[in-house]
Amino acid sequence: MSDPLFTQEEYRKFDEGIAELLLHYPSDRKSAAMLPALRLLQTMKGWLPPEGMELVAQRLETHKEHAYEVATFYVMYHTQKPATYVIDVCTSLSCSLRGAESLLAFLEKKLDTCAGVNGERYFVREAECLASCSTAPCFQINEDHFESLTPQKVEQILENLK
Amino acid sequence: MSVPFEKVISRDWDKPAQSTLVGYKRSGGYKNLQKVLSLSPQQIIDEVKKSNLRGRGGAGFPTGVKWGFVPKDSPKPKYLCVNADESEPGTAKDRYILERDPHLLLEGIAIACWALGAHTCYIYARGEFKYPSSVLDRAIAEAYADGIFGRRLMDTPFALDVYQVRGAGAYICGEETALLESLEGKKGWPRLKPPFPAVVGLFGCPTVVNNVETIAALPRIFEKGAEWFAGLGTEKSGGTRLVTLSGSVNRPGTYEAPMQATVEEMIYSQEYGQGMPEGRKPKAVIPGGSSAPVLTASEIGVSLDFDAYRPLHSMAGSGGIIVIDDATCIVRALWRVTRFYAEESCGQCTPCREGQPWMTRLLRKIEEGHGQPGDLDTLMDVASAIAPWPPVGLGNTVCALGDAGALPVQSFVTKFREEFEQHISEQRCPYGDKPWGAFGDFK
Repeated sequence: MSDPLFTQEEYRKFDEGIAELLLHYPSDRKSAAMLPALRLLQTMKGWLPPEGMELVAQRLETHKEHAYEVATFYVMYHTQKPATYVIDVCTSLSCSLRGAESLLAFLEKKLDTCAGVNGERYFVREAECLASCSTAPCFQINEDHFESLTPQKVEQILENLK
Repeated sequence: MSVPFEKVISRDWDKPAQSTLVGYKRSGGYKNLQKVLSLSPQQIIDEVKKSNLRGRGGAGFPTGVKWGFVPKDSPKPKYLCVNADESEPGTAKDRYILERDPHLLLEGIAIACWALGAHTCYIYARGEFKYPSSVLDRAIAEAYADGIFGRRLMDTPFALDVYQVRGAGAYICGEETALLESLEGKKGWPRLKPPFPAVVGLFGCPTVVNNVETIAALPRIFEKGAEWFAGLGTEKSGGTRLVTLSGSVNRPGTYEAPMQATVEEMIYSQEYGQGMPEGRKPKAVIPGGSSAPVLTASEIGVSLDFDAYRPLHSMAGSGGIIVIDDATCIVRALWRVTRFYAEESCGQCTPCREGQPWMTRLLRKIEEGHGQPGDLDTLMDVASAIAPWPPVGLGNTVCALGDAGALPVQSFVTKFREEFEQHISEQRCPYGDKPWGAFGDFK
């Protein structure tokens, strides 16, 4: 037997969240809430477990394939359990021109990991433009944004993760 | 410059507590909305047309004209969607509007909704905007609590609901019809046009999709008048531009500049980029986000005006200027650009889905010293299967992401062909294969 998806308290919280989201859409368009509903699930569970996606689909009166399709189309949804810290390093042109390739190599060395590999503790990956071009280079750790990075700054940020 | 310059969008960014309702009202906020509510929708649309406001998302389409396409007699609800899915490489401007002056956007939204007869507005913000979105959420809550939004817009019988919806990491959702699909809870596959969203948009209803910066200009237009706004700009482009300056400049940043300023001034002026690092010269400059065809150093005298780029086969786009200096490999720069579009192609149309990764692989091969004679022709062939060069209207795909990836390839290869050929004939990158530069110590 696998663990249940939610505790009773969490179920209540989830259903309240879904009910609130549905207020934002026409009553015959429940499935429009798919993106925010998946975000809600991910915020609560840290990722999108299959039974969670099924539950989302059920609440939005759509089929589970719809939930899977959306979950796999957008990069911010985790359909696999991610590392404790997901580090998205922007390597688009503006950041690359200001050293993002070196930043990536620096992180790989510091964290003893390889970009693109989902580890236990760290998942460093190359991200596409994070709209921080004039404050390059930048990365996001679990969606928190850090910009105008220098080796000293990065050392400090990594130190704070420990 | 003949016209005295005044900031429009970023005017109040440095004022204390500007991001809060109290701060915004202190600098005159929501007074213009009050004024606008005494005008008829048609009067507002006419004013916006007169102001020569053009879409700041990149296309530069006249905003008033776009609004005019919404059928007045439709029995269906109408929607306003604000595009805050800022993701074009080189562009970081809307983010600052959300962070520093979110109520300017919200007041603009109220004006637009009143003019369009839209009772619901969705702001679609990219998923990576955790902080900007949190500021915006707070501002929306303040506006509801203050009776600005809700069942009675500023105490009129007009109901207005404003919701923020967050994306989840897909550049394509900045394309207006993909944005609508995403708002409907689906993957972001663009729709064929026509029908245009103004007629068949969100949930099949008439919908206007406008960029954040476009909507944020509205309160100013009604504060100081359409003539004033039009007068700031050029003949057909009203207002100013938010420019994101990045790459090889001494002071990268997001600056508001007059439409008449040139790309060269943006790089060298003391007010903006303050020149390039010691000993560097511009080799290539991308003027309007990475999809805008590249300019050579001799072409950077062009202004920021949307209409100035046609003779150069380029575009002012989203105002993202990326400066590439003479110590930088042009093949590697293009590879970085192309990789983005390969990664972000939604997969709907074959030329884009297959072509963008193909071009990326070819560029990498050339950059790594394995290029073969004929590779450049293949590169141009693949690009031309996506979109024609020089650009004429739209390419062969449902949306402009195809063009966005093809045009950089075509312009880089056409304008810097020698450097590509040198890579192939010498079987190496003349700039070496080390990663680009150190970070935090840009020289």
